[in-house]
Amino acid sequence: MTDHAYNFAYLDEQTKRMIRRALLKALAMPGYQVPFASREMPMPYGWGTGGVQVTAACLTPDDRLKVIDQGADDTTNAVSIRRFFQRTAGVAVTEATVEATLIQTRHRIPEQPLSEGQILVYQVPIPEPLRFLEPRETETRKMHELEEYGLMHVKLYEDIARHGEIATSYAYPVKVEGRYVMDPSPIPKFDNPKLAGNPAIQLFGAGREARIHALPPYCDVVSLDFEDHPFVASKADACCDLCGSGTSYLDEVITDDRGSRMFVCSDTDYCTSRRAEGQRGRLSPEGRA
Amino acid sequence: MYVAVKGGERAIDAAHDWLAEERRGDLSVPELTIPQIREQMALAVNRVMAEGSLYDPDLAALAIKQARGDLIEAVFLIRAYRTTLPRFGASCPVDTAAMAVDRRVSATFKDLPGGQVLGPTFDYTHRLLDFALMAEGAPPSPIPSPQGGGEAHSGTRGATMAGQVPPSPLVGEGGGGGAPPDPVPHVTGLLDRDGLIEPAHPDEAAPRDLTREPLELPASRALRLQALARADEGFTLSLAYSTQRGYGRTHAFVGELRIGMVAVEVELPELGFAVEIGEIELTECETVNQFKGSRTEPPQFTRGYGLVMGQSERKAISMSLVDRALRWQELGEDFIGAPAQDEEFVLSHCDNIQATGFLEHIKLPHYVDFQAELELVRRLRREALAVREAAE
Repeated sequence: MTDHAYNFAYLDEQTKRMIRRALLKALAMPGYQVPFASREMPMPYGWGTGGVQVTAACLTPDDRLKVIDQGADDTTNAVSIRRFFQRTAGVAVTEATVEATLIQTRHRIPEQPLSEGQILVYQVPIPEPLRFLEPRETETRKMHELEEYGLMHVKLYEDIARHGEIATSYAYPVKVEGRYVMDPSPIPKFDNPKLAGNPAIQLFGAGREARIHALPPYCDVVSLDFEDHPFVASKADACCDLCGSGTSYLDEVITDDRGSRMFVCSDTDYCTSRRAEGQRGRLSPEGRA
Repeated sequence: MYVAVKGGERAIDAAHDWLAEERRGDLSVPELTIPQIREQMALAVNRVMAEGSLYDPDLAALAIKQARGDLIEAVFLIRAYRTTLPRFGASCPVDTAAMAVDRRVSATFKDLPGGQVLGPTFDYTHRLLDFALMAEGAPPSPIPSPQGGGEAHSGTRGATMAGQVPPSPLVGEGGGGGAPPDPVPHVTGLLDRDGLIEPAHPDEAAPRDLTREPLELPASRALRLQALARADEGFTLSLAYSTQRGYGRTHAFVGELRIGMVAVEVELPELGFAVEIGEIELTECETVNQFKGSRTEPPQFTRGYGLVMGQSERKAISMSLVDRALRWQELGEDFIGAPAQDEEFVLSHCDNIQATGFLEHIKLPHYVDFQAELELVRRLRREALAVREAAE
């Protein structure tokens, strides 16, 4: 059902070229936010226009695309973005992480480790890790230039002084290759360790803010912390009630109005694959495996 | 037994079908046509063209129809379409002094070359619901004038306000039915002859294109004006209003407000001269601002400028006030921390398509971040309660 009224993957070739240049620059300076001439897309700003533009610039007709939102392939916005590329690029799509050549994601990194040759495209709402410490872009750019990250460390220290721990649970800041402090987009900090040394190319697109940043394969990425308060990747203290996984990131689902709840993998492909292998959780129909 | 939420795809299809049905409404009521919207909702069409940055009344009317009258949604449709259009080139700067004015008023001079032309304005109408408009099919009724009788709109360019209280003895003389319009010189040009207003130096540098390059700050005035011309009318209005109430006061007089058609010309390299390719309607506002001088500038009047596609005078006046407020640095004024003076604040937040998209994205699922926050809050509460119990 490819729509021939538009160019392959919607954007015109000049625009894709402009985005690819920004991507190359971003890959050459890991963690640095490259301004790019973000276009108005036929979906709203804040709904993945940055990721969609990056995906459009990277897609080839041979690609196999996977789109996830909150780790799931069937959430409405993931469905909408996947359809957009089926319609405008006619590329093959998949829900299997291993089969995908390009994965566009919002808020998660798949549980299944990625491999060389895969591209992971993140949708980014606010690329600036210092934004909520200093709202002015003119100031934060200077702070990055001068590697002036004292404000960030003070913020993390104040968290510890006040709460006994760093009270950031998602969009947890990282330092890339010992140089730039980067916002990994609002992934839970559980996913932060997967950013580092990943064989896949990781690209981050922020459409409304017109910025692209990137992590080349096997990049050095460190979550900010203190020696006496080391970073901990946390998740709900439970196992998936459908597949029994004790290591995947879990969504909490409220099942009635009397406080009952269950936990399920946020990564639907991971959970489905495990169940296909015969793994069972607490609430599986066939009971525990 | 819990089943993981599925069916996003079917839900989307069903939602779209339902939306289409709601858009059409009651089938016993005739469907709106594009020409009806274009002709009878002209100011809505103008706003969509201005904020969509695309001069095409038919497409703007289509967008309004498709968006069920949600003008920001209509602007969004136009923007998304516009961005796919190829650029053939840039026109020559339009000459607003050669505008065929439908309306031209100056608040600074009682009379002036070109005259005051009240034009088709809501000004001086009494805002009384005209129930005659509910009678469908009736010939257009004039908006009641203060005298009661009310002249029907004559339909000619520069219609005069016979029967209304004239704001000046020369009302309407600039227009003239049918005759080719005389050039109407700018009020600020007249002030400039006496050196009373800051000179407007032409900037020879090609302005950057906000829609093709990322906005980088600080921005030039040309770029700021570009952003303001497509900025949300409500946001611009409120900012301008805030300067009037004291948050960055700029003492503006409407030197001139004009609405009319201007020719758009392009220079074709093969020909070596400019060719007219069409006409567009513009609203232009120039404010004259009191200025007592600063460390760097002598006392003189200063300028604020607004230019908007279509007939959008509220927006044009607002734009010119905000433009003037943003010029504090260039004129050596103090920054008093007013929002309208703050370039980064104004330019980062004036676009309603960016704003509405980001605002509404919080409707999207955030299960994952929320789960992370749940765990954090539970942990912090546990620790805080433990500390309190230990203290007791």
